Amino acid sequence: MKPAPFEYHAPTSVDEACALLASLEDAKVLAGGQSLIPLLNFRLARPAHLVDINRIEGLDRIYERDGGIAVRALARQSAVEDSDVAMRVCPLLVEGVRLVAHRVIRNRGTACGSLAHADPASELPAVLLALGGHVVARSTRGERTIPAGELFSGVMETSLAADELLIEAWFPASPTPYAIVEESRRHGDFALAGAVRAGSRLALFGVAPTAVLVDPKDPTNGLRPSGDLEATPEFRLHLIKVLIERAFAA
Amino acid sequence: MKVNGVSHPAPLEARRLLSDHIRHDLGLTGTHVGCEHGVCGCCTVLLDGAPVRSCLMLAVQAEGHDVMTIEGLAQEGGPLHPVQQAFHECHGLQCGFCTPGFVMSVVGLLRQNPDPSADEIDEGISGNLCRCTGYASIRRAVHRAAELSKQ
Repeated sequence: MKPAPFEYHAPTSVDEACALLASLEDAKVLAGGQSLIPLLNFRLARPAHLVDINRIEGLDRIYERDGGIAVRALARQSAVEDSDVAMRVCPLLVEGVRLVAHRVIRNRGTACGSLAHADPASELPAVLLALGGHVVARSTRGERTIPAGELFSGVMETSLAADELLIEAWFPASPTPYAIVEESRRHGDFALAGAVRAGSRLALFGVAPTAVLVDPKDPTNGLRPSGDLEATPEFRLHLIKVLIERAFAA
Repeated sequence: MKVNGVSHPAPLEARRLLSDHIRHDLGLTGTHVGCEHGVCGCCTVLLDGAPVRSCLMLAVQAEGHDVMTIEGLAQEGGPLHPVQQAFHECHGLQCGFCTPGFVMSVVGLLRQNPDPSADEIDEGISGNLCRCTGYASIRRAVHRAAELSKQ
């Protein structure tokens, strides 16, 4: 057995899921599992409870709302990638999703899960930030909207409360021009650095503890990327400058 | 859950991964386990027809769903599946450890896109690692599999 023991819950409605999250101590939501299950396999995460939302019917919609695209909690990344309405309204989102891992992973992984997981090197948080989108969080206390700028609080940390379920993400229509560019060691790997341009707005990923919205006139001011086996801080800073140029040349 | 068309009882523990359930509880050892965190692609199976990593799913999550493993592609003693035949013809394997995962990924790729371009093939197999072949013969095998699948 790789994951440490946990109690497994499979609610069949959003209300039931929220009631579980409100009553359980140390619970994690399991959606696509493509980030959470590796953490469980390595025992880097050992939650006492898993609330698996995959049995909830009708939570996989992708639809047009308020001039943008709303993606529900269980919409797989591959479904967003194949969605005609997403391509028409927000091609930047579709291009961003295509850079997430590999198709086999995207068949299972969810767009909302990428946002809730908030990996600093992942694409979708930066896409949401650049576009100025939001997420909708539901709990037994009600529903609230969290703007992208207030969602990402640290490395894999968000402002979602422990009893909240990220039920929907909303991406405004892509302005023109737009671009998402990244550099990774191999196709589908986490990016060493990446940039998302939505009109005059610019968001960066892989170069700070969270995706960050920056001033396009002085994008690297105060930026202090971390180093690891794959790239030194200096190399990341070099990469991001090149990538920003490419994003604005697009 | 159904595995290769046969119903099986639910796994006993929630923390049992689908990959381990397939291998240890059902004895279907054609599905290989490499990295166990979704990088190598060896454990790829079809879930309701779409390729997924069986090491990144709990077995209980497959309840009520159809799983197909490499053993489900061809009948014992019968002709090989076109993708298997193509890997055989083009020497798309050496040690064979990664092969079940490649074959299942390619089955999924060709279902989604029966006539992939060279770039689409590269993208389609980019989630599977092979340490022997250098990929050239695997690429040829995918082109051949697309041809054979149309016949």
